Amino acid sequence: MTDTARLRPLADRAAAATPPGMARGIRGLSDRAIAWTFISPTIALLLAINIFPLLWTVYLSFTNYRANRPNAPLVWLGGQHYTDILTSPDIWAAMQVTARFVIASITIQTLVGFALAWLIDKKFRGHGVWTTVILLPMMLSPAVVGNFWTFLYQPQIGLFNYMISFVTGVPPSSFQMLGDTTLSPWAIVIVDTWMWTPYVMLICLAGLRSIPDSIYEAAEVDRASKWRQFVSITLPMALPFIMLAVLFRGIENFKMFDMVNLLTGGGPGSTTEVASITLKREAFEKWRTGYASAFAIILFVTVFGLANIYVKALNRVKQR
Amino acid sequence: MSTGLSTAHSVVEPTPLVRRIAGFFVIAYALITLTPLVWIGLTSIKSPPDSIAYPPKVLPFIDFDPTIEGYCNLFTTRSRQTAEYLATLPPPSGACEELARSRSLVVAGPSNYVPRFLNSVVIAFGSTFFAVLLGTLAAYAFSRFKVPLKDDLMFFILSTRMMPPIAVAIPIFLMYRELGLSDTRLGMILLYTSVNVSLAVWLLKGFIDEIPREYEEAAMIDGYTRLQAFVKVVLPQAATGIAATAIFCLIFAWNEYAFAVLLTSGTAQTAPPFIPIIIGEGGQDWPAVAAGTTLFLIPIVAFTILLRKQLLRGITFGAVRK
Repeated sequence: MTDTARLRPLADRAAAATPPGMARGIRGLSDRAIAWTFISPTIALLLAINIFPLLWTVYLSFTNYRANRPNAPLVWLGGQHYTDILTSPDIWAAMQVTARFVIASITIQTLVGFALAWLIDKKFRGHGVWTTVILLPMMLSPAVVGNFWTFLYQPQIGLFNYMISFVTGVPPSSFQMLGDTTLSPWAIVIVDTWMWTPYVMLICLAGLRSIPDSIYEAAEVDRASKWRQFVSITLPMALPFIMLAVLFRGIENFKMFDMVNLLTGGGPGSTTEVASITLKREAFEKWRTGYASAFAIILFVTVFGLANIYVKALNRVKQR
Repeated sequence: MSTGLSTAHSVVEPTPLVRRIAGFFVIAYALITLTPLVWIGLTSIKSPPDSIAYPPKVLPFIDFDPTIEGYCNLFTTRSRQTAEYLATLPPPSGACEELARSRSLVVAGPSNYVPRFLNSVVIAFGSTFFAVLLGTLAAYAFSRFKVPLKDDLMFFILSTRMMPPIAVAIPIFLMYRELGLSDTRLGMILLYTSVNVSLAVWLLKGFIDEIPREYEEAAMIDGYTRLQAFVKVVLPQAATGIAATAIFCLIFAWNEYAFAVLLTSGTAQTAPPFIPIIIGEGGQDWPAVAAGTTLFLIPIVAFTILLRKQLLRGITFGAVRK
């Protein structure tokens, strides 16, 4: 195939996407024109599917709109929904459930994930294969796999309960992981940990591998104990990586929907009703679209604000 | 690595004993982590009574007889019939019909699993294609040209990922209802493209940054235009990165549940919202669910093994490279 034949479709498309004034033949395109031709489709798509809907959500959040009654007269409520949400005990309960879930799951995942990374970094025989095995759960669909965990958690027939009873001697039907108000939050934390510990592990492993051997060698020459080396070299140098893993997991778990929806649906009662579940109930079950929109905006501002503060802290740690 | 030291073993190399202990713990963790996945596979080849037996039946051929009943139930719908009616029927054709007859059932028709699975394939590949196409162009521009507000634009692209999916789903639901895109493959492809394009731009910018500018500059001195240099020099160099990015986009779209469950109900429904609602007589048909899950997970397991060297970049949006 000749150059021009291969280029023709691309050139045509680029020419078509370029305003007439600019299209002085594709060969004459300046770098500046190419840059905008290349970037604008992405920006246009994001404006259409993300920003326009976001602005619409902001607008709806000030109204009494209900998606199941599109023809009802629209009433402008001002900030009514926002004050309602910020003073609603249900919303605060959901935010607390979310916070507890995020903190518990991320603490466990960071500890286990870092420990695993540290062990894998010892480079035992076959560590490559076993690392790949450990990574499998995080690539799978949280919904499809989470759904299967409801089977493992069945009181009499579930494998999880059987194994717990095998180890501890407690009868397998004496506890319900998903039906008990104290156990069900932990049931979700367990699945989340199973799924996402490898994620933290992989990032921590990159952190550990980024530490040059020469630093340990110098510490050895200075007769620093292994513990001392761990505390003053390994941990501080891996810290930016650990913090990055916590950031990504934090954002994801704050938005957590699929796993909770399939495992408990927010129940029993509302003990596992995280913010996304509340949002879904308000928006798609009670059809209080305006109210749900206001809550969605509050959630977005919260994630965005927290992430920004955190990134600042992360950059400070990196610069040290 | 340890060239500065005269000892045979570097002081920073772990001793064989430490290695063995580390290996023991990691392998123990890996085996525990694999158990649920192995259990999915095992359950898919059990009969419904075996799947809920207590104590659990573990070893195929010893504890239980493997059967394809789960897969049959996944692909068919069945109806219960009286013994008199069954006696009037011709002998069963095919293994699935035979299994159904043994439970006083007849196969009534195909289930929705194949169409749902096909929706997943079409939507995942379609959205991946567009996300990678748009992402490659934008990433090249961000990597090579002076774009005003570059950092702000890059951050804007990333920030679209911080929205909770349900929050995005509310206006998308309304917008698609107006545009007639509700429960259509096109609507889902557009939505997943917009979600994936941020990942694609960030990952691909990292990959293209790593290709030396000198390659294109040399080509342009040889008479190539900027576009020719992009197509003939940069794209082949970025092929591995583009492939890895494509697989990440594919996996995201394949696994996605929140948008799918809220915005699709029938014609465009993908497999993730469908698999949890596979029910048999008297509740969830676990062997069929396990069979559906197994078939759904196998491609991802294969891709993960293929991608293992690039995983780190993919999951951190290119923030961490090895």
